[in-house]
Amino acid sequence: MIIEGKTWKFGDNIDTDIIIPARYLNTSDPKELARHCMEGIRPGFAQEASEGDIMIAGRNFGCGSSREHAPIAIKATGIKAVVAKSFARIFYRNAFNIGLPIVECEGAAETAKEGDILKIDLDKGEILNLTQNLKFKIPPLPEFMKELIADGGLIPHLAKKGSY
Amino acid sequence: MGMTMTEKILAAHAGLEQVKPGQLIKAKVDMALANDITAPLAIKAFKAADGKKVFDKERIALVLDHFTPNKDIPSAIQCQEVRLFARQQEIVHFYDVGEVGIEHVILPEKGLVLPGDIVIGADSHTCTYGALGAFSTGVGSTDLGAVMLTGEIWLKVPPSIKLIYKGTLPKWVTGKDLILYTIGDLSVEGALYKSMEFCGEAIRTLSMEGRFTMANMAIEAGAKNGIFAVDEKTLDYVKPRAQRPYQIYESDSDAEYLLIKEYDITHLEPVVALPHSPDNIKAVSEIGEIKIDQVVIGSCTNGRLEDLKMAAAVLKNQKVAKGVRCIVIPGSQQVYLEALKQGLIEIFIEAGAAVSTPTCGPCLGGHMGVLAPKERAVSTTNRNFIGRMGHPESEVYLASPYVAAASAITGKISHPEEVC
Repeated sequence: MIIEGKTWKFGDNIDTDIIIPARYLNTSDPKELARHCMEGIRPGFAQEASEGDIMIAGRNFGCGSSREHAPIAIKATGIKAVVAKSFARIFYRNAFNIGLPIVECEGAAETAKEGDILKIDLDKGEILNLTQNLKFKIPPLPEFMKELIADGGLIPHLAKKGSY
Repeated sequence: MGMTMTEKILAAHAGLEQVKPGQLIKAKVDMALANDITAPLAIKAFKAADGKKVFDKERIALVLDHFTPNKDIPSAIQCQEVRLFARQQEIVHFYDVGEVGIEHVILPEKGLVLPGDIVIGADSHTCTYGALGAFSTGVGSTDLGAVMLTGEIWLKVPPSIKLIYKGTLPKWVTGKDLILYTIGDLSVEGALYKSMEFCGEAIRTLSMEGRFTMANMAIEAGAKNGIFAVDEKTLDYVKPRAQRPYQIYESDSDAEYLLIKEYDITHLEPVVALPHSPDNIKAVSEIGEIKIDQVVIGSCTNGRLEDLKMAAAVLKNQKVAKGVRCIVIPGSQQVYLEALKQGLIEIFIEAGAAVSTPTCGPCLGGHMGVLAPKERAVSTTNRNFIGRMGHPESEVYLASPYVAAASAITGKISHPEEVC
């Protein structure tokens, strides 16, 4: 799987109340959630982001609430992947489960500037910053997680196997 | 090599003799939980996986506590979906308005979560049940949908951090202060993916309420779970409530810890987490004059009887300052009723506070006390992120019930000694 796109850069400890404030959680409609994505710190983000873009962030991305509405909102803005220095654990699970690829890569997250073009190759395990001509290795995923992704997320995996 | 109690619980539920940090396991779940925000998506996932029947109708709790009594039509529709599913699936532990309380207050209260359990909840504060010596952690809705279907979950065994609290709790210092102080020390990512084990002489003297408060906020340091050893206080709490057998696990003396920290709390002062992060901690005496508009006393963190007693002890024969809105939210109907019988509700109303039916309400900016731009609240809740309680330009200061009540009286963030 290869994802290539323009980046949007955010800082450390981006919490789920920033990604999608709880006052909008009276619906789980992805389009409606996407409209309010990141509005607390960057109003209008959802309108500016375009299909195929990549989100870059610092440490502990997605901390706070367990709301799956957070990765759903990001995905529905058209963002195709999130690259961060580290992720909060519930967000990490949620993103995989709903099929939003997320990648932990300190180097790529540190060096990328907003607007850089990144190429993420999940099969080769590398990220290329095409704007700055930089290359980073991605740590390999556990076999189980690869199986989940290959099946298209947790639910298709369960539907196929009947159990984990 | 020995194991921590977290490792022992995980091993037992995975049918293994031994587990190690980093190991991926498939574990059986004793209780699964979702609320009115997370359950609709979990139900959708359950159905998408071709789910017909839940794995065990007695092992799932569906609690309508976040936007209830419903604040608007969309939230009413979400509750309606959960209500219908609960009826179709004959979910035994389904709680609706009238008997509902905040999920993490009522599950222990009703004896639905017990020592040695694995509890998986579609709510990040599911880590609360570690106070009972259970392994409990939050997940998203899709994971929870899968648990409702299979009764199992995949987990990575977390490494553990041991936190030892020495000395005795000073006056006005509570479990809330201990956990805020700890998060301030570790940072909001200091325990990322890890287990926090709380121990030491000060913990042994801490009430169950105080332990629930501490375990509740383990997630605010990024932790997977927080856990306490089972002692007499735990058993006094659990025995009259348990309706099924449970197992007590203890950490081995040669268990391995990634980090061991010791805190001497003898001279600790009440602390406050300043906006916009739970690790932005300062002692109340050091923060200067910060005027406030609202006080919230309640939530899954501090909505139990002891919390209301603390607030009432400060508010008795006092008045909430003009221009301050003080909102008290008992965490459950049982807490509410007991507070009523003990005269606490009378104290709150005479002081000029509003008392609400149990709900998560303002903690997440849902309803029952949402903030306008530039407004400030002192709150006994768990998060002070940007926009958490309302407008992105509002501010939340996290504190204990003592500090929240004292601040309601003075109209600025105050040490309880200023008014008592």
